[in-house]
Amino acid sequence: MIIIADIGVGNTRSVKYMLDYLDIESEILNSSNNVSYRDSRHIILPGVGSFDSGVQCLDRSGWGSFLQNNQSDFNILGICLGMELLMGKSEEGLENGLGMIAGMCVKFDQDKVRVPNIGWRNVEITRKNNLLSEDKEYKFYFSHSYYIEPVDDSVIVGKTDYEISFPSIIQKGNIYGCQFHPERSHKFGMELLKNFAKS
Amino acid sequence: MNTWRIIPLLLMDQEGLVKTKKFKDPVYIGDPLNTVRIFNNKFVDEIIILDISRSKQKQGPNIDLVARISPECFMPLAYGGGINSIDDAKRIFGLGVEKIVINNASRNNSKLINQVANYGGQQSLCISIDISGTLESGYYVFDYLTGKCLNIPLNNFVSSLESQGAGEILVTAVDKEGTFSGYDLDLVAYIRENSSLPIIVNGGAKNTDDFLAAIAKGADAVAAGSMFVFHGSRKSVLINYPSNRE
Repeated sequence: MIIIADIGVGNTRSVKYMLDYLDIESEILNSSNNVSYRDSRHIILPGVGSFDSGVQCLDRSGWGSFLQNNQSDFNILGICLGMELLMGKSEEGLENGLGMIAGMCVKFDQDKVRVPNIGWRNVEITRKNNLLSEDKEYKFYFSHSYYIEPVDDSVIVGKTDYEISFPSIIQKGNIYGCQFHPERSHKFGMELLKNFAKS
Repeated sequence: MNTWRIIPLLLMDQEGLVKTKKFKDPVYIGDPLNTVRIFNNKFVDEIIILDISRSKQKQGPNIDLVARISPECFMPLAYGGGINSIDDAKRIFGLGVEKIVINNASRNNSKLINQVANYGGQQSLCISIDISGTLESGYYVFDYLTGKCLNIPLNNFVSSLESQGAGEILVTAVDKEGTFSGYDLDLVAYIRENSSLPIIVNGGAKNTDDFLAAIAKGADAVAAGSMFVFHGSRKSVLINYPSNRE
């Protein structure tokens, strides 16, 4: 059973719709108080919105401290802003992220590319990981203005070109993040979510 | 691969999908759910659904429609129609739609763009502008509710959208809509000169050559209605979408 953390701003419903379609049991929880260790080892953190409001929502809902304190007990997948919130800081705001992945979030250079980055982009898998295969070509839907710069390169398992090459998918042990929206990337997203459920 | 999107743009009027020509004479196309399912199965890049009856009827967003359609869509879905307040926007976001489109409210509710951008992020908001005229005669913002052109300096309006927080612009050439005569390429270039935001162009597409021409002029995505729902000279309804786009 996958828990979808509803921190008050995020695309929880469309993640659930895709999991429903895949016959993967899931539940949207707006508070970490109700997490039952027995039933689930997977948490998805979707995110839509600004960094600071995301951090404030993590605080208000209790999900922030829950994820920090229980990160070794769960497989965690941050989607888009959800992944950015796992980092330390963002150029977008003043708050501190969860710091579960060292590094920060940086804005695309508007003089070089169209911002926000909206559309389908290739994702090239650069390192073996549990979510996507190194042997396949993937396209996912992106909709964002910021990308992550992890301190430790080895967490990067996939990259995407948008004038520069930026990390589009990361894995650090049992913590995963994707900059794109699997729930909006039909068959490609379904493959990723299925593999996450099995991880 | 294409870095630019091809987007079916569907118009709702009350309970059914319609297609108009130059914003007039709506023709019933079919049920929105079936149409969305077909596009979903064709793996389209993105879908935009605009309910053109809501603001006319002084109704809020079509919650019922969005609630039915959202679970059927595994590609990006944008909804517009009757969104006039941040609460309207939040309700739509809560149903699993991550991008909303606002038209009238972008002109008569000066705070809304900023409020939506603060809540959902810049990329969650697309401003739809309907434009009448030509480069020679002048472009005017067209108000589909009254059917009249507005006295708004278009270049100022467009260039202000980014600082207000909008993430994307949907521009529809009223005089081209439903005519299969190609996009207004001068209009694409004009909007591009006045904004660095992503631009979706709409109105007049008949084939992929039109798409390429619009992208060459600076559009980031191309939208079409008639081209994807009609087939043949008699305009029989056939939902279609280009395949093999690589």
